[in-house]
Amino acid sequence: MRLRNAWVFGAALAVSVAACGGGQDKSSTAAAPAGAPAGQKVDTATAGTVQGAVALDGTAPKNEPIKMNADPVCVRENKTPQFQETYTVGSDGKSLANVFVYVKDGLGNYVYDPPTGSATIDQKECRYHPHVFGMRVGQTLDIINSDPTLHNIHALPKNNAEFNTGQPIQGMKTTHVFTTKEIMVPFKCDVHGWMNAYVGVLDHPYYAVTKDDGKFQLKDLPPGTYTIEAWHEKLGAQTQSVTLGASETKDVNFSFKPAAATTTN
Amino acid sequence: MVDGTIHQPFSHSAIRHQPLAFEMLHKFAKFLAACTVLLILAGSLVTSHDAGLSVPDWPTSYGWNMFTFPPSMWVANIFYEHGHRLIASSVGFLTIVLAGWLWIAEPRRWLRWFGVAALGAVIAQGVLGGLTVKYFLPPAVSTAHAGLAEIFFCMTVAIALFTSPGWNTRAPNASRNQPDSVVDDSSLRALATATTVAIFCQILVGATMRHTGAGLAIPDFPLMFGHLVPDHWNAAIALHFTHRAGALVVAAMVLMTSIAIWLKHTDRVELGQPALLLIIFIIVQATLGALTVLSRRDPWINSLHVVGGAIVLTTSLVISLRTWRAKFDRIEPLRRDRARSAQSAFDSPVRPAGGDPQAARIPANLDVDLGTTAQRGGA
Repeated sequence: MRLRNAWVFGAALAVSVAACGGGQDKSSTAAAPAGAPAGQKVDTATAGTVQGAVALDGTAPKNEPIKMNADPVCVRENKTPQFQETYTVGSDGKSLANVFVYVKDGLGNYVYDPPTGSATIDQKECRYHPHVFGMRVGQTLDIINSDPTLHNIHALPKNNAEFNTGQPIQGMKTTHVFTTKEIMVPFKCDVHGWMNAYVGVLDHPYYAVTKDDGKFQLKDLPPGTYTIEAWHEKLGAQTQSVTLGASETKDVNFSFKPAAATTTN
Repeated sequence: MVDGTIHQPFSHSAIRHQPLAFEMLHKFAKFLAACTVLLILAGSLVTSHDAGLSVPDWPTSYGWNMFTFPPSMWVANIFYEHGHRLIASSVGFLTIVLAGWLWIAEPRRWLRWFGVAALGAVIAQGVLGGLTVKYFLPPAVSTAHAGLAEIFFCMTVAIALFTSPGWNTRAPNASRNQPDSVVDDSSLRALATATTVAIFCQILVGATMRHTGAGLAIPDFPLMFGHLVPDHWNAAIALHFTHRAGALVVAAMVLMTSIAIWLKHTDRVELGQPALLLIIFIIVQATLGALTVLSRRDPWINSLHVVGGAIVLTTSLVISLRTWRAKFDRIEPLRRDRARSAQSAFDSPVRPAGGDPQAARIPANLDVDLGTTAQRGGA
């Protein structure tokens, strides 16, 4: 009798555990959009697109001039006056480039193919190229020094491990892998104080960086309701909610005021 | 016993019979102190230019041995960081020489060990410098690095003072009315010491402010956000405010010390001169502090402000140590007995091999050997 009771208790316990799962799984499942059970891949047949543009509501502030005369190589590589890339706008003076746009919330537990290829940041003409970019958790970042001078690349993340790597020789290449998602990880060169860049590290592929036309596209998004965030290094971040139906394309536009360097959620 | 007997007379007579050698030692100590000022300037330029991690490895520089790192690569901020490392290495080497020199030539045991302590401090300082690089400038380590720099500088200045003729003979330009005395004023001693401690605390607050990025937490001067007291607060503002308020406290204490010296010891030039210098330095330092804010932390102004703090501290330290000079006298009798016992042993048939018996003879008055006034009591 006692043995039978023990079996009954054990079976009940096992059912309870299976029903509840871990706390993490439970909350994630609740956050997932309808029809997105954990572990499912995105069905590209029903996937849609969120697209839009980022604009500046006002006149772009002047970028800080850069004095490169501390390093003769940098002077030689840059014949024209140099400025920071903080406010990069298109020919219309409104379209804002270097804005990182990504799906902040709403994806649930979809799984994605691992990233193919590596992301790259190049130190060329005493600048980082690109200035703002995105990559995936676990993806390899190639760090290249194309300059005939010394650079150190110093990442200052909050969630990932900080690193500072010297690259004294032209053509040197080192790699790094971020292990945790993080918006955004700043890079700086401590040798050339004006050099800075930002990378958004995500656990999904839905991100883009605006070009001079201010436009972005987040393709192959499954139907659902999403929070889209646009992040700018000086103007902060803005979020918008969008609901995407099957195979739909929705427009989401952002507008930053030059004076407002605040984060709104 | 024989070794000790020989050692004591030689060392005790050293200052009197080898004045040139001791003058050289004193000059070398002063040279080291001057190099330390340069080192502090170099270190502050590193922080002011945000160049602390421009050489990401330590003790190597971009994989090169520090001393073979090609000068053609000392570009941009590397110039400050690598230059700081080279000057620091040089100061470390000079400190080894000074500690060794003191160990061999200095008759005062405590001063010999003080030289060893200075060497320990500069080694610890080097390790802290390395840790700041290895751990990406953690504020606690960087602040400790800045604080220990001041302590080491104080030690070099103290050694220069302890080996000076003014310390070992009668006080320079002492009162005509009291040619054989040193100042023994307990209230002045307390005030001067408190002032020195307050300056050091103020420097620590400044270093913390600097290494936590709070240097412009209050962006205007002399007002603070347009008010006499900030109208809003956070940790950075509180730290910055503490440094400004601390400056007022330190300035008041410096003024009180100087006035006390001028009122009570008008004719003591060895106190009056540094007191005047201290007033001048504190005015310059306050000006540099204001300009640091107004110039939005111009690297050179900011760095000179750091160096100014160190000079204010050591000037106050010199005054403090001179007010403690009389206390050094009071430990004399014990040592005199010890030395006399050494003398009697020396007078025995045992002689140092190859030594000059005349040079080794202990004078009746052992003041010189004991770190006291050489010319006192008709010596």
